[in-house]
Amino acid sequence: MNWIAIGTISDIPPRGARCVDTPAGRIAVFRTAEDRVFAIEDRCPHRGGPLSQGIVHGAAVTCPLHNWVISLETGKALGADEGCVRTIPIKREGDTLLLALTVPTGQAA
Amino acid sequence: MTEKLVIIGNGMAPGRMLEHLLERSLGRYEVTIFNAEPRVNYDRIMLSPVLSGEKDFEEIVIHGDGWYIKNGITLYKGHKVTAIDRTAKTVTSDRGVVQPYDKLVIATGSVPLILPVPGNNLPGVLTYRDLDDVNAMLVAAQSRAKAVVIGGGLLGLEAAAGLNSRDMDVTVLHLMPTLMERQLDPAAGYLLQRALEERGIKIITKAQTKAILGERRVAGVELADGRVISATLVVMAAGIRPNAGIAKEAGLAVNRGILVDACMRTSDPDIIAVGECAEVGGHVYGLVAPLYEMARVAAAHLSGDRAATFVHNDTPTKLKITGIDVFSLGDFADGDDRQEIVLRDASAGVYKRLILKDNRIIGTVLYGETADGAWFNDLKKRQVDITEMRETLIFGQAYQGGSPLDPMVAVAALPDDAEICGCNGVCKGKIVGTIKEMGLTSLDDVRGHTKASASCGSCTGLVEQLMTLTLGDAYNPSAVQPMCACTSLGHDDVRRLIKAKALKTIYAVMQELEWKTSCGCAKCRPALNYYLVCDWPGEYADDYQSRFINERAHANIQKDGTYSVVPRMWGGVTSAKELRAIADVVDKFAIPTVKVTGGQRIDMLGVKKEDLPAVWADLGKAGFVSGHAYAKGLRTVKTCVGTDWCRFGTQDSTGLGIRIEKFMWGSWTPAKVKMAVSGCPRNCAEATCKDVGVVCVDSGYEIHFAGAAGLDIKGTEVLGLVKTEDEALEVIVALVQMYREQARYLERIYKWVKRVGVSEIRRQVLEDRERRKAFFDRFVHSQKFAQVDPWSERASGKDKHEFRPLAAVGFAQAAE
Repeated sequence: MNWIAIGTISDIPPRGARCVDTPAGRIAVFRTAEDRVFAIEDRCPHRGGPLSQGIVHGAAVTCPLHNWVISLETGKALGADEGCVRTIPIKREGDTLLLALTVPTGQAA
Repeated sequence: MTEKLVIIGNGMAPGRMLEHLLERSLGRYEVTIFNAEPRVNYDRIMLSPVLSGEKDFEEIVIHGDGWYIKNGITLYKGHKVTAIDRTAKTVTSDRGVVQPYDKLVIATGSVPLILPVPGNNLPGVLTYRDLDDVNAMLVAAQSRAKAVVIGGGLLGLEAAAGLNSRDMDVTVLHLMPTLMERQLDPAAGYLLQRALEERGIKIITKAQTKAILGERRVAGVELADGRVISATLVVMAAGIRPNAGIAKEAGLAVNRGILVDACMRTSDPDIIAVGECAEVGGHVYGLVAPLYEMARVAAAHLSGDRAATFVHNDTPTKLKITGIDVFSLGDFADGDDRQEIVLRDASAGVYKRLILKDNRIIGTVLYGETADGAWFNDLKKRQVDITEMRETLIFGQAYQGGSPLDPMVAVAALPDDAEICGCNGVCKGKIVGTIKEMGLTSLDDVRGHTKASASCGSCTGLVEQLMTLTLGDAYNPSAVQPMCACTSLGHDDVRRLIKAKALKTIYAVMQELEWKTSCGCAKCRPALNYYLVCDWPGEYADDYQSRFINERAHANIQKDGTYSVVPRMWGGVTSAKELRAIADVVDKFAIPTVKVTGGQRIDMLGVKKEDLPAVWADLGKAGFVSGHAYAKGLRTVKTCVGTDWCRFGTQDSTGLGIRIEKFMWGSWTPAKVKMAVSGCPRNCAEATCKDVGVVCVDSGYEIHFAGAAGLDIKGTEVLGLVKTEDEALEVIVALVQMYREQARYLERIYKWVKRVGVSEIRRQVLEDRERRKAFFDRFVHSQKFAQVDPWSERASGKDKHEFRPLAAVGFAQAAE
């Protein structure tokens, strides 16, 4: 697992998200109203909607396609829906955000 | 010591049984549920509204996860029980859980009948039973292709209507000569068929399915007479049978369903069966009311109450297709010892038939006008001798005793034991009593405590009338629905308080109005943002993080995460230069689909988000601005060519349309606003189904509003006739401003008008000149801040972060 710098917290609007493209797919990086940061797969477990485009509220995001609500902390669908997205470890050093990425097996150089 | 209660199945019957049990003997049992479906208990009756898009799954959940946790119930989701060992008193799930029981409840429901024809297992053949089926149909419906529904009963027709409203080309195959022949007589079946055909659903009766065709997936259906109907989706809705397999394997007595006595006990005294899998007194059931009755009896039995027994009752059938009202009850076959009373009104599409025996109602079929269903049901149940009212009986309760009564009086006249909610078997006395006893004031509370109108919802009006009757002015139906779970205030209160307390930020609203969440949710934040944008133009800074993605990105998100782009073409008029610019953009950015919209615009679909600012820059060079096809705002003003070209045109409809559009573009509204201007009453611009429309006539401009041509279809109301173009513009602007200031977020004009009333709006924006001018001036002020082209701003670099990834990580970096 590698910690890779992807930018600073000020690059993301509060209650917003940005995307990071990786060999393992697109990751959505969120910043909440309280400046907590989370990273999850940018694919809703329901129909694959881009979660990074949703409305962020509390520590959750509502998918723009069909309004599933996904917990940013656990990646799990909240409420009555069942489903889960992968969460990716993220940490903050000063203002810099670092993502922990693992190379998908069989694809490493 | 607590006893172990194990339940196989988690549908509506066992869910209801648990509610009763928790009320009666809390703590007596330690409850474990095995649910083969991987989810919580939801209202299966409401799957049709989910399919048609009128409801979301969240709205039909009966018990959320929290309910199970709160009540200490273990729920194994996605566990199918594979064996019952009656000697060891255990059940075993397919995931290896072995659970001992003291009492066992089997509630395995029913399984759809699969026709034994070749091809019945091809991919693309679905049944209509649970949420997975609905989801599968929704995916299939995205193709907008052809679907065949086998079975013209309740379930099949609801599936057909749902798929039809999702734009599929639907054919219903029905074995019998008329639809729903078990619930409807041929006359009502015919009216139903005609109504469905008018919606574009094809219906083939006397259709015997011979085979499902297709190589690797469904391609069509072949009938016994040789006809072939092509289809990419086949829904089997030909009936259900009780799911009694596991009970049979365990050695319990099984006939059609699992045999139970009137206390719901199977042949093993420690095992109970409830729901569609159970057979009691020679009957199996598929409608919710008797299943809930079984649940009540089973809960009583489990609580040690031996007195409760299940009694057979006829249950009314209602079809849940919006705009088609069907009610059927009891026995409606002809017979020598029976008389009937029939009322037909061809122009209104109404058919009513009462079947009488010995001057008592034994059956009822109502089509098109079903409001008196509850009253007829009550007369039948109480075996009332109708001789006295025979002449007027068919006209309904309002016509009894001389002059017609208003609905409130009719409800007041119902006896206490009259059934209001058929699904849950709740009578008037219970509702009124509970409201008084517990001091209930909201519809949700009444639903929670009595269950009335909590299932299919078709009796909501009656329940609300009862609340008004019981509470008087203390019940205000318009205030009952909170905006969302973050507040107990409704939209109207929030709008009023924003003005009264001069709240000018989302955080101020949440603080002052005591929001229950820190940061709102995806329902309230966009609503609050709109209210603040509308009420404080120039003062409130639009909060982009509280806008849906379409309004944040100024384009329409598509299912694959790409966007569509619609430039504004004023009044639907374009030119060679504009078309050339669009063609160049399509080539340059390899845009896969270009489509003409219903609002006389050109839509470019499949644009990558990163490309949007560059696409807009190129379009901007040709003079295009945003078409706001993504906005809760002014969308399009559709026009015909009017006096410029048309030999029938009475006024310059194109010019007026362009003038309205140039005046009003950029304004945000509670929901989208679509307009049209037609140059003569031939109405080629279809102005009479728009939110706002103008029909030009020789003497001036007829202003229309409150039409709809989407989920609902509704012709417009006429606001009035004005003489000049200037006056037409002023009235339209004032109307839209009144709507902007008063409607609830996401409420279209026709729904707002239904609430407020045509005459009140006419008074404020047409008749009262001063008020009209004030609305107009407020709109003009607000446009100063709203009429900024969002595309050119973004093409010049605003909100760059919205359109670019934060970072891209390569293989090498990730592997380092």
